[in-house]
Amino acid sequence: MTVKGHLEAGALGVETVGMTMRFGAFTALDHVSIGVEPGSFHALLGENGAGKSTLVKCMMGFYHATDGQMMVDGREVAVPDPKAAHALGLGMVYQHFTLVPSLSAAENLVISREDAPRVIDWRREKAALTAFMARMPFAVPLDQPVRALSAGEKQKLEILKQLYLGRRFLILDEPTSVLTPDEADEVLGHVRALCQAGKITVLMITHKFREVTAYADAVSVLRRGKLVGSGKVAALTHADMARMMMGDETLAEPAPRAGAAGAPILSLSGIRARDRSGLKEIAIDRLEVRAGEIVGIAGISGNGQMELMEVLTGQRPVTAGDVRVEGGPYHATREEARVKCVRYLPEEPLHNACAAKMSVTENIGFRSFDVNGSGTRFWLANGAMRRQARDLVAAFKVKTASLDAPMASLSGGNVQRAVLARELTGEVDLLIISNPCFGLDFTAVAEIRARIMAARNAGAAVLLMSEDLDEVVELSDRVLVMSEGRITYECSGAEADAVEIGHHMAGHA
Amino acid sequence: MAIADQTMPPRGLLSPDGWLAAIARRSEALVIPLGALLVGLAAFGVFLLSQGKSPVDFYALVYKAGFGTAFSWQNTLSRTAPLLLAALCVALPARLGLVVIGGEGAIVLGGVAAGALAGSLSGLPGALAIPLMALAGAAIGAVWIGTVGALRHYRGVNETIASLLMAYIAIALMNHLVEGPFRDPASLNKPSTAPLAEHMRIGDIPGWNVHWGLVVGIVACILCWILIERTTWGFAARIAGGNVRAAQVQGLPVGRLIVGFTALGGAFAGLAGVFEVAAVHGTANASLAVGYGYTGILIAFLARHNPLAIIPVAVLLAGFEASSGLVQRRMDLPDATILVLQGFVFVAILVSDTLYGRFRMFAPERWGRG
Repeated sequence: MTVKGHLEAGALGVETVGMTMRFGAFTALDHVSIGVEPGSFHALLGENGAGKSTLVKCMMGFYHATDGQMMVDGREVAVPDPKAAHALGLGMVYQHFTLVPSLSAAENLVISREDAPRVIDWRREKAALTAFMARMPFAVPLDQPVRALSAGEKQKLEILKQLYLGRRFLILDEPTSVLTPDEADEVLGHVRALCQAGKITVLMITHKFREVTAYADAVSVLRRGKLVGSGKVAALTHADMARMMMGDETLAEPAPRAGAAGAPILSLSGIRARDRSGLKEIAIDRLEVRAGEIVGIAGISGNGQMELMEVLTGQRPVTAGDVRVEGGPYHATREEARVKCVRYLPEEPLHNACAAKMSVTENIGFRSFDVNGSGTRFWLANGAMRRQARDLVAAFKVKTASLDAPMASLSGGNVQRAVLARELTGEVDLLIISNPCFGLDFTAVAEIRARIMAARNAGAAVLLMSEDLDEVVELSDRVLVMSEGRITYECSGAEADAVEIGHHMAGHA
Repeated sequence: MAIADQTMPPRGLLSPDGWLAAIARRSEALVIPLGALLVGLAAFGVFLLSQGKSPVDFYALVYKAGFGTAFSWQNTLSRTAPLLLAALCVALPARLGLVVIGGEGAIVLGGVAAGALAGSLSGLPGALAIPLMALAGAAIGAVWIGTVGALRHYRGVNETIASLLMAYIAIALMNHLVEGPFRDPASLNKPSTAPLAEHMRIGDIPGWNVHWGLVVGIVACILCWILIERTTWGFAARIAGGNVRAAQVQGLPVGRLIVGFTALGGAFAGLAGVFEVAAVHGTANASLAVGYGYTGILIAFLARHNPLAIIPVAVLLAGFEASSGLVQRRMDLPDATILVLQGFVFVAILVSDTLYGRFRMFAPERWGRG
């Protein structure tokens, strides 16, 4: 078996007509008709929950649309399952990698083929793969195990895999969320070149306007399951696209920065800890966060941020060094956190800060259920807990069917609002945050960032770890970069330069 | 903004916080286990049919032998006591997310401790000696199951496997002790410890033919419910059981909670062994290991690890067990039949766990705004 020759057949045009998807009483997609011209680079914009994923899952046959048709190259087609979509030449690249880390790129490519032979003649396959790579505008090393590749190379390999499998219409689901800005530009540049050469058509889910204007030809915008606008990118400004995505909702104004930094609150010195794999070391020689300042730590995920968070929450033992809060040693016990007013917002709050099956009331009570004035209590005060939850749900605009509803029934933004309500109530001296806005929609993001800024302005020391570089730059008074478990770069928020920071994030500067 | 007026629905009859919604929400936890119990019983009925026996006769006989007469009630309630305590040994760790199935080990060791100590304590008056004996049995149970919790938290050993294997060790230890160091030379056919002196025996509740273990078991269940639902310790344990990472981020002492709750469960199981020795057999021997610890697993799961629900469920299962003799004699079925029945019910209960949240009739929203 040699590599399929579909590529020569060129880019596919795909169109959805009146695509509708209902889950019970909920309409996730409401008569969405979008047309993607052959050879175009089409962006699909929308807030979280706008129906972007539902739409592409219907196109790929993961879901069966309640109503509506799909046309490929002008012919109506039925896509009962992903296999049928693949047979038509439709492929998808997911947000997270689907490669086998221990296998080489060549092995990953060959095993992904549906007709992979039982006995593989590697010499012939290698020759075919080398010939295939030669025809591609970009290449990745074929013989190294995938785990040795950088994130950008992995994403390129994911795209090459789709081309190798003969896919002529590619859906990219937030393909740059795990890449540095440089890597993102490189990958998207190659994708655009493939589109312009008429080899593939691309439909890319994204929430980054910059990528839309720089690379896409056309854009479609979804809001609450409806198509609210589409057109040529050249004719639209960022403001136009934002207006389409958000409708009439207004964003919370970026909160002004007020006040100057005060005394040091959190100081780490000579911290050494093992990372998750147990093979590498986290080494923070010195890190200080002062009252009334936000220190942002930028970095690609997996460079020790998670471990640093675990050290600060007492979940990971340190092998050397010490953590001090307000001058005294700190081990993240409940009593120390209460006395020193330390609060946490871990990433993915439903998985790290909440008990999914417990009620909203109980989850909001996690921080204060045992507090009685300045001491602790033995008997639960259920009435007071309920009153507190009622007040906080109203004050933080948490949308929930009921105070007794399980936390898992809330949307991502509302889970984060509930956790913020819990952690930002009362005096806060130190706030430790990780990826607070990951996966949230615009309105929630603006509101949560405003609350973090308000906590800073009220005098809290804030340590913010985030994979979203824009977020770090927007919020921070000082920006640090974490790479390979170390702090490798520091600059003030005012002079932060995304490109420079990106170089340090990638570990080559 | 549209968000604001949705946040706080009015409180009243039809609001999602109203009583109708509350009933809908709570009834799910009652209806699903009850339904699973009925399905298990029905499936067992089919099994009986395949054996050429009548399920109607069988269940009529179980009713008669377990609950039909004053005598059968006494028989049932005497068996309820150890089951209540054994079920707590499963339910308490379960609230922390641990599946401990080795309560049988704590029961037999608690019983052996009582049988072995009874001789040396018999010089003391009963009012002092019996509590000391009970304390010793509870302590060894606490150490035994607490070790399972400690292994789990500090060394990452699977608590289900560890507790099961430790139960086998405990039973082997009991056999060694009652046949060796603690053996009463007078016990010829069935090696046992020396019989307890009369004043060391735990008697019956006045006016009933049921020993005090029933009262202790019921009080223990009520206290455990209060601990879990009404104290900050119980709340902390529920957080750790719901999501251990969230509990750690909150600075809760997860290790102490796990060791404490497993040890408390073990103490109750140890106490069950003490009652078996001091109130039922009068001596410690192999009769301690008759499977109360395993029936306790079934009870705790049926009760969804709610200590109050354990009380009625334990009575029901005790009735099943009380009927096994009569079923054997009248229907010519082996005495393992009741075990088969328990197996059917247990599988049905485990399967029913996947049904929560699937029925719209239990959704509070349905009974709220609509």
